[in-house]
Amino acid sequence: MPATRTVYGLNSPEALARALEDAFYLADPELATAAWLALALGKPLLLEGAPGVGKTEAAKALAGILGRRLVRLQCYEGIDAAHALYEWNYPRQLLALRQAGDKPVDIWGREFLIERPLLQTLEAPHEVLLLIDEVDRSDQEFEAFLLEFLSDFSISIPERGTLKAAERPVVILTSNRTRELHEALRRRCVYHWIDYPSPEQEARIVMLRAAGVAERTAKAVARAVARLRREPLVKPPGIAEAVEWAQAVDLLIAGGTPWPEAFRRSLGVVIKDEDDLPHVRARLDSILEEARA
Amino acid sequence: MSWPPPLPPAARPFLGFAQLLRAHGFAVAPEQVVAFLEAVELLGPRHLTDIRRAAVATLAPPRERIEEFLALFAAHFEGRGRTVPAAGEEGEAEPLRVQEEAGGEEELLLEVVGESKGEAASPAEALGLRRFAPAAPARALDRFRREAPRRLPRRRAAGLVRAKRGPVVDLARSLRRAATREGEVLELAFRRRRVRQRRLVLLIDVSGSMKEQSELHLRFAHALARVAERLEVLTFGTRLTRVTPALRLRSVDRALERAARTVRDWDGGTRIGEALAAFLRVPRLLGFARGAVVLILSDGLERGDPELMVRAVERLSRLAHRLVWVSPLAATPGYEPRTAALSAALPHLDALLPGGSTERLCRTVLELARIEPARRLAA
Repeated sequence: MPATRTVYGLNSPEALARALEDAFYLADPELATAAWLALALGKPLLLEGAPGVGKTEAAKALAGILGRRLVRLQCYEGIDAAHALYEWNYPRQLLALRQAGDKPVDIWGREFLIERPLLQTLEAPHEVLLLIDEVDRSDQEFEAFLLEFLSDFSISIPERGTLKAAERPVVILTSNRTRELHEALRRRCVYHWIDYPSPEQEARIVMLRAAGVAERTAKAVARAVARLRREPLVKPPGIAEAVEWAQAVDLLIAGGTPWPEAFRRSLGVVIKDEDDLPHVRARLDSILEEARA
Repeated sequence: MSWPPPLPPAARPFLGFAQLLRAHGFAVAPEQVVAFLEAVELLGPRHLTDIRRAAVATLAPPRERIEEFLALFAAHFEGRGRTVPAAGEEGEAEPLRVQEEAGGEEELLLEVVGESKGEAASPAEALGLRRFAPAAPARALDRFRREAPRRLPRRRAAGLVRAKRGPVVDLARSLRRAATREGEVLELAFRRRRVRQRRLVLLIDVSGSMKEQSELHLRFAHALARVAERLEVLTFGTRLTRVTPALRLRSVDRALERAARTVRDWDGGTRIGEALAAFLRVPRLLGFARGAVVLILSDGLERGDPELMVRAVERLSRLAHRLVWVSPLAATPGYEPRTAALSAALPHLDALLPGGSTERLCRTVLELARIEPARRLAA
């Protein structure tokens, strides 16, 4: 029994975690293990978590270290196969017919096909990383359709025949969990729940992503943001907000604004919902006091 | 044909873990077990943590049961005390029965031992039969039947249908038309997405506190069954009963009579949380709620554990397209939910609407299509 195996040049979850860190993404061991297993087993990786915890970022970082083009399929309510697979370019077909006159013309040629993300993936499975973003927004039919696609990676176009991927492509699905995905879809994937990072981890992320931000600011922001997420907010701040807040605070301090005032003035960077502002303003002093300690 | 080689003995604990999970009600598919074994082999494994991470990633326990999953893992692989609260291990309360009528016989789908510790008023079953007197047809229901077909919630279904106007050009039809005009494309034919009625699920509280309402609710459910393409109706009190087959009968009096016979817990205690939890535990029933508009017709006076009810409502709200609570109490102007359970469940509801009379129920259901989703946050 081989102790380890090398997948895409990475021989262990730790190696993947290190590579991700070089790509400015800090992955906890659980995420690194799940992602590595997904690659090794040739299964899609399903990432679930609250908005703003870095699900899409993880996919981008992974595409970066695998040296693949990111093909993104953004799901929404009402998305159907035509938006995900392919469409025929009818105007072009009509024009071609018109131009051809009496000569025969193949209107089902490749040039009349508009390739959508899933077809793009099948055409070059070794070059792309397919990101199916926010699956929870699509409806059940589309989920069933995805299930079929993810199990055999083939598409049949009536006019052109069936197209099958030469190898299993790398696929990442994300869900904000606004609704529960079907069991069958979860079963087919390697699963990971992304949580908000711990304040220490988040301070590291902030410093990694916003070079030049003082360590003191990064730590205070991370603690304050962690505290804000425990408040009953409509839109709890994500990691991107934490990074931006740290940058904003640093800028203000450089401009001569005193410490707590800089946090207060840049609140709009981190709290982006009208309803949340009064709630947070009333508690900001105690939150900052705590974060500073 | 040769048999596959037997699994090495080392694989046994991993298979055993999958069995343990199934015994505790986790859905574990064979392909997941295979992935688990492969993952363990791939990882080395150098440490128990590797096995745990592999288990979580490949067996994908639902987020709300992760603690239980990890406790089972610890019990199985580390031999640490088996203090896993298994469903149905403790609790002196009477079991909550889930039943439906099948071919005239009462069929038991699931028996769930109550988790409430029997505090507050006893949820003892007061099994009884109900007789409904034939009633004159209500005018409100007639109007409802006329208006409902075009006002009930709809959803876009798979597949395209012909349409006068639409986002997709029907090339085949357009060209055929052009052919009759010497190849001139003068008008385009279109196709658009097919539209279907959304499934409606009615959960009707038939406990004592809703005594006044339950007949009215069933009559309304019957009227709805005549116009809704897909409808499921269940009643709950101290039991959870599926009455959909009874309500499919054309005659309202016969339908009600049959429903009255099927439902055994008229006017008894309320265990809303347990009933909803039981609903979620039967895969077939849970499937009804997926993507549907779910209506709970109840006053929300929960006698059992409010926590259980809130958790069940939260889960239901993630499964359903819209989750709406219809309470007769909400018809009072200035009403705000007083009970701890209902006010805690409020953030998970898309709407809390008034019921209490046939007219109000009709209006509420006809307005369902307009309800916007509440801003729910990921758990």
